[in-house]
Amino acid sequence: MNDLSNFFGPAVDWLAISPLLSLLAGALTLLLVGSLTGQWPWRLYAHLTALSAVIAIAISIRLWGDVGTNGARLLIGGALALDQFALFAAIAICLAIALVSYLTSDYLNREGVDLPEIYALYLTAGIGALVMIASNDLVVLFLGLETLGLSLYLLAASNRRQVSSQEAGLKYFILGGFASAFFLYGVALVYGVTGSTRLINLNAALTSYIPVPRNDAVLLIGIGMILIGFAFKVSLVPFQAWTPDVYQGAPTPTTAFVASVGKIAALVALVRVFVVAFPSRSDDWGTIVFVLSALTLVVGSVVAVVQTNVKRMLAYSSISHAGFILVGLEAASHRASANVDDGLVGVAVYVVLYAAMVVGTFGVVTVVTSDQANSDASGSASLDSFKGLAKSQPLLGLAMTVLLLAQAGMPLTSGFVAKFGVIQAAVAVGSYELAVIAMVCAVIAAFVYLRIMVSMWLADPSDSTTVKVPPLSRISIAVAVAVTLVTGFLPSLILDLGSNLAELASK
Amino acid sequence: MLNLLWLIPLLPLAGALLNIAAGRKLGDPRSGWLATSATLISFLTTVLAYFELLGRQAEKRSHVETLFSWLPVGSLQVDFALLADPLSITMSLFVTGVSTLIHLYAIGYMHGDAKFSKFFIYLNLFVFSMLMLVLGENLLVTFLGWEGVGACSYLLISFWHTRNSAAVAGKKAFVTNRIGDFGVMIAMFLAFSHVGSLSYGAINEAAHAGELAAVSATAIALLLFVGACGKSAQLPLYFWLPDAMEGPTPVSALIHAATMVTSGVFLLTRINPVLHVSYAWVSTTVAVVGAATALFAATIAVSQNDIKRVLAYSTVSQLGLMFLAIGSGAYVAAIFHMVTHAFFKALLFLGSGSVIHGMHHEQDMRKMGALRKVMPITGFTFIIGWLAIAGVPPFAGFWSKDEILLYVFAKSPVLYVVGIVTALLTAYYMTRQVIMVFYGKARWRDHGDEHGAHGDFTPHESPRVMLMPLVVLSVLSVVGGAMQLPFSKDLHFLEHWLAPVVEESEAHIGKTWAYQNKYLLLLLAVAVATAGIVLALAVYAKAKLKVVEPKVLEQAWHYDGAVARVVAGPGAATFNLIAWFDANIVDGIVNGVGQVVRSVAGSLRKAQSGFVRVYALLISIGAVVILGWLLLRGVVL
Repeated sequence: MNDLSNFFGPAVDWLAISPLLSLLAGALTLLLVGSLTGQWPWRLYAHLTALSAVIAIAISIRLWGDVGTNGARLLIGGALALDQFALFAAIAICLAIALVSYLTSDYLNREGVDLPEIYALYLTAGIGALVMIASNDLVVLFLGLETLGLSLYLLAASNRRQVSSQEAGLKYFILGGFASAFFLYGVALVYGVTGSTRLINLNAALTSYIPVPRNDAVLLIGIGMILIGFAFKVSLVPFQAWTPDVYQGAPTPTTAFVASVGKIAALVALVRVFVVAFPSRSDDWGTIVFVLSALTLVVGSVVAVVQTNVKRMLAYSSISHAGFILVGLEAASHRASANVDDGLVGVAVYVVLYAAMVVGTFGVVTVVTSDQANSDASGSASLDSFKGLAKSQPLLGLAMTVLLLAQAGMPLTSGFVAKFGVIQAAVAVGSYELAVIAMVCAVIAAFVYLRIMVSMWLADPSDSTTVKVPPLSRISIAVAVAVTLVTGFLPSLILDLGSNLAELASK
Repeated sequence: MLNLLWLIPLLPLAGALLNIAAGRKLGDPRSGWLATSATLISFLTTVLAYFELLGRQAEKRSHVETLFSWLPVGSLQVDFALLADPLSITMSLFVTGVSTLIHLYAIGYMHGDAKFSKFFIYLNLFVFSMLMLVLGENLLVTFLGWEGVGACSYLLISFWHTRNSAAVAGKKAFVTNRIGDFGVMIAMFLAFSHVGSLSYGAINEAAHAGELAAVSATAIALLLFVGACGKSAQLPLYFWLPDAMEGPTPVSALIHAATMVTSGVFLLTRINPVLHVSYAWVSTTVAVVGAATALFAATIAVSQNDIKRVLAYSTVSQLGLMFLAIGSGAYVAAIFHMVTHAFFKALLFLGSGSVIHGMHHEQDMRKMGALRKVMPITGFTFIIGWLAIAGVPPFAGFWSKDEILLYVFAKSPVLYVVGIVTALLTAYYMTRQVIMVFYGKARWRDHGDEHGAHGDFTPHESPRVMLMPLVVLSVLSVVGGAMQLPFSKDLHFLEHWLAPVVEESEAHIGKTWAYQNKYLLLLLAVAVATAGIVLALAVYAKAKLKVVEPKVLEQAWHYDGAVARVVAGPGAATFNLIAWFDANIVDGIVNGVGQVVRSVAGSLRKAQSGFVRVYALLISIGAVVILGWLLLRGVVL
């Protein structure tokens, strides 16, 4: 029978996975110690969460230098990849966790229910996200996907007092399960054709595998199904329908989390899988990505125009951001071009800058809707609640203006650097149509942001507004604005980092 | 020291920023003192730079200080760089020097104004822009200053914007200047396409080396001349300057007499090698436009009754003389006259401001007279300014004007006649002004009621802070001519100093009849000046001759009115058509697109029903389409 004495686990490079371990330690401490002790004072839940995230960032920066000198490599027997692409996204994710946990702390304290579970969920979701962005194996990727997904479903439903929050959680859960099934079926089909789930082996198998003419269908269907699974997670049109409902219904800090961590992880994983495992079929999936990207850009920006609820508006704007990031992936599908790597760099830079923008924006929304008079029955912000914000709270108004200008892609903000990166990549590989669509959509989307700004600056504040900015939220928003402005004024700071990004561990 | 060149423009900018931040708290007069000290330190820095440059050998008197790379776009490399050479330092010296005096004067003149600190913000910003203009190492930095002085000029002309005439005059100045600015912009584009650089060094070097074809040099020079006509109020774009007198008098003195309006002369001097290699008719055009403007404006000045408008037309006329000099290849003489003119015209304007101040904002000379008795210092210094501009030796204006006329004679005797007639008229109308304001009957006694001081109205002398600049400027107006005396080559200080910049293009007149008989011309100039003064005395002081002040001259040959009619008639119709096109066609397209977006979004929104089953259906449809397409690819294609 099986002799277990011959079984050796793969070697584990503990330092290389310690960002994960840091988050795990935080989550376990919160759950174990938190459930055994009473309410922690001084916002310690949030501080512990942020601390774990910051330690993870510090380790990632340490690893960054390591990868820079020793090169990218695979970990744990090839399950995970250690490269700058993953570390870049990991830093963005951990930054988002830290910022969101501070926002949440103020939010929960106001609601009078500051308990450790939410923070633990942030950290477990973070673990899932870190696994996803580094996974070099479709099964490991699925593991991360579900860890992240399950945490997000719970987070979306975390405000038990509000029906809309529960509805959001349930919708997200049902549709998420639906999409996961697609993904898993796709993995099975691909495994059937190639006999492997390791990305690197997939590529090797597919490159050497000469398809019988007109009989590539099983493989392509498999790839298509994996793409559909991802398309749901990153809310590409027409798989985006859950997004506005969940964004609106979920508690606002959670929305910030879904929009940042959830989206970044899925996008980075999507890019890694398709660039590493399926470059040999890029002609086939490139076209689909092109269409999805164009559809997402157009629908995201156009429908945002008619929304009256700021959270829904931002939901559609986040959809159009996903469209932009896909422009980068589309550029990376042009394997014949010499500039194919620009797309990867564009995606990585975009997700990092987008994380700061979106967390900051939702942070301001959280603060503004904290006043009950400003939120409608379901606790979410109508455009009216921003009326005259710049007059009643000039600093907050200014911060929101900076963040919105960044989302619109205004020069001298990080948004311009991000959008310029992907559009430049599209132009460099000759994908002019998509570049033009993206630019037109940027103009349409700008209208949405301008509407919020007009409401903030030109309307008079209603009498009942008593917006106060709690101290931790202030830190979060300030950090987000700082990132947005610094990278906007000195794009070389981030662009110089990006030079090695395209060196994927398993490519 | 020269690597601290950036301090010169930075100091006034810092003054402006400090006043923006704290001007209201500092208030009247401390914010004024702040602005004045900023320009004063800037002046002292310039003096240091001057001595540093003077200590070098003539051919090494040029220093480029690159602050940062401004526009590194493809083959267009523009640095934010400043250039210190004899020309720019000369300009900076008199710009900062005269500015300091006028700032000081303005502390007294603007005392009690509600927007006191704002006035000094604008004034400091103006000095900053003007210094960028003259110190710029390339056309773009100069253009930055060029637009900056235009904007400050607009803000300061319409400083008392609640007065309709001031607001209109500001707009007029701005719009007219824009016409010239287009010339400068197109010249920049041409320079870039033909030389590949906007740097003066590169452009002038290309002109020297013969790499710039005559035809492109002609185009560049002409377009820059168009810009110069706008800024320096030459025909046909002169008409904004008299109206600019709506601004506070220190502004008229600083911007519309001493500094900004001379920037056109400066620009043409700066690119003199380009002018030199362009076709000969370009120089002639410059000379003819200058001569025509000089004569035209001088005739108008004869019939004006507003104390400042006389000076404004006289400024236009004197600027015409400078262009006449440029067109005759007399760059040194043009700069010489620019500097002496800055002294005596600033003096005259400040004197007129002192009069206006003492007369409770009365500007009509017909209501003045005999003011020298109540305003002795103003009167005395104004008389010095008068002697200087009228061309009486040994005052500054005499030497510089004579130098110009000498070169003009060498170029064309016809233009010389125009110049000498202008000189005659200048002496005449300035004498008329002095008599009307400071001598004769004290007519203000009859008009006392109009000044709000019922019955017992007596004009008063201005405070000391206003008189001090007058005294300094009058000293300069007396001795300013010493910069360049015609008697011996050794006394041509300015010529030696400016030689590295203009030597190649300067006209050589040593062998002409004019040069050999220059003392004869000198005597003729003295005679003409005397004739003008005597004539005016005969008319206005002794009343021996009938006063000739035709209506047509008072109305400036109806030129302004004609322009106004064209702009208001066919002009306005054209602009309305364009505005209609913009409002209906362009905006219509934009709004139409917006409408389409809205209606599309409205229908897309309907899919967002909130039902999970609908969402699942959407996902399924999407999945079917994608998978169907892949199936086709895999099996059929």
